[in-house]
Amino acid sequence: MKFGIVVSEGPYTHQASDSAYNFVKAALATGHEVSRVFFYHDGVNVGTRLSIPPQDDRQIQEQWSALAKEHELDLVICIAAAQRRGLLDQNEADRQGKDANNIAEGFRISGLGQLIEMGIQADRTITFGD
Amino acid sequence: MSDVKKFLYVNRKAPYGTIYAQEALEVVLIGAAFDQDVSLAFLDDGVFQLTKGQDTKDAGLKNFSPTFRALGDYEVTKLYVEQESLDERGLTLDDLQDIQYEDEDDDYNEKPSIIVVSRAQMADVMADQDVVLSF
Amino acid sequence: MSTLHTVNKSPFQNQTLISCLGHAKPGDSVLLLEDGVYGAMSGNAMSEVVAGMGANVKLFVLGSDVTARGIDAGRVAEGITSVNYEEFVGMAASCDRVQNWL
Repeated sequence: MKFGIVVSEGPYTHQASDSAYNFVKAALATGHEVSRVFFYHDGVNVGTRLSIPPQDDRQIQEQWSALAKEHELDLVICIAAAQRRGLLDQNEADRQGKDANNIAEGFRISGLGQLIEMGIQADRTITFGD
Repeated sequence: MSDVKKFLYVNRKAPYGTIYAQEALEVVLIGAAFDQDVSLAFLDDGVFQLTKGQDTKDAGLKNFSPTFRALGDYEVTKLYVEQESLDERGLTLDDLQDIQYEDEDDDYNEKPSIIVVSRAQMADVMADQDVVLSF
Repeated sequence: MSTLHTVNKSPFQNQTLISCLGHAKPGDSVLLLEDGVYGAMSGNAMSEVVAGMGANVKLFVLGSDVTARGIDAGRVAEGITSVNYEEFVGMAASCDRVQNWL
């Protein structure tokens, strides 16, 4: 099976990104493919590299970045939702005249079309949200 | 050539108190370019998204309700609205916007995009989909 | 042809579980996860409603979310099966579609 995953809430405030992470790990461990993880609504905030969570708690962004690296996952942050919430890569920062970018390793910013494309190409689409 | 899949966008939340209604619409508009078989479902508090006369000026919010009337231009013409959800909330079809599309297979006659269905029929619509996106 | 439904909120917090059960078709599966696991408990004001409305579907609860919340396994209602993430993945694969009630 090819799974497409949507994460539509941000880190810590909702359990969504944790549940999604656990699902993705289990899917990969049981031999399935995860074609894309698409971050929408506040889910884009999972992709900031500037978070400093308490040391005795799970490091949500780092976990995703590490998982993406290990399994070559495609972590996509929706550009429209990201712009609203101030999640930028260098390209966007330059384009929009902002003085910084904050995207974490392993994430890329792209359009909503990537979500639809994911829905078309995956066998199953699962959303973790509120 | 990809197969055409049935996409259902499920809307269960009221507008303005949260962003889900508005950002769901943004997905629908972008998704329209992919030529899939698209339907929208409005149930529970989602039916509130379609009411007429939304005036957000004093609240300082963006009024995105006109976008529903543009859906026909994007060939999104199936807006399923649940009767029981309307009834529970004291709404009738009259309280909702008049959303139309031009049927190119019928001389571009204007037809309503809103299809009021029972809960049981809504369940059947849901069970018929390939991809269900909830917001 | 069946759907895997998921619900992640307590039935005391909002109507989502009720709405889900009101739309699920006979033979569908419903997985309670995150705060939705409270809907799987016996002996509360919603237990009978859930059992009644869920009579024609297969009810499941995500075990790790039950444990996280300090709910004793013995308090999961009869007829509700506890699963882990790998089984969740398997259910998503064996149903025809997944519908997440948010």
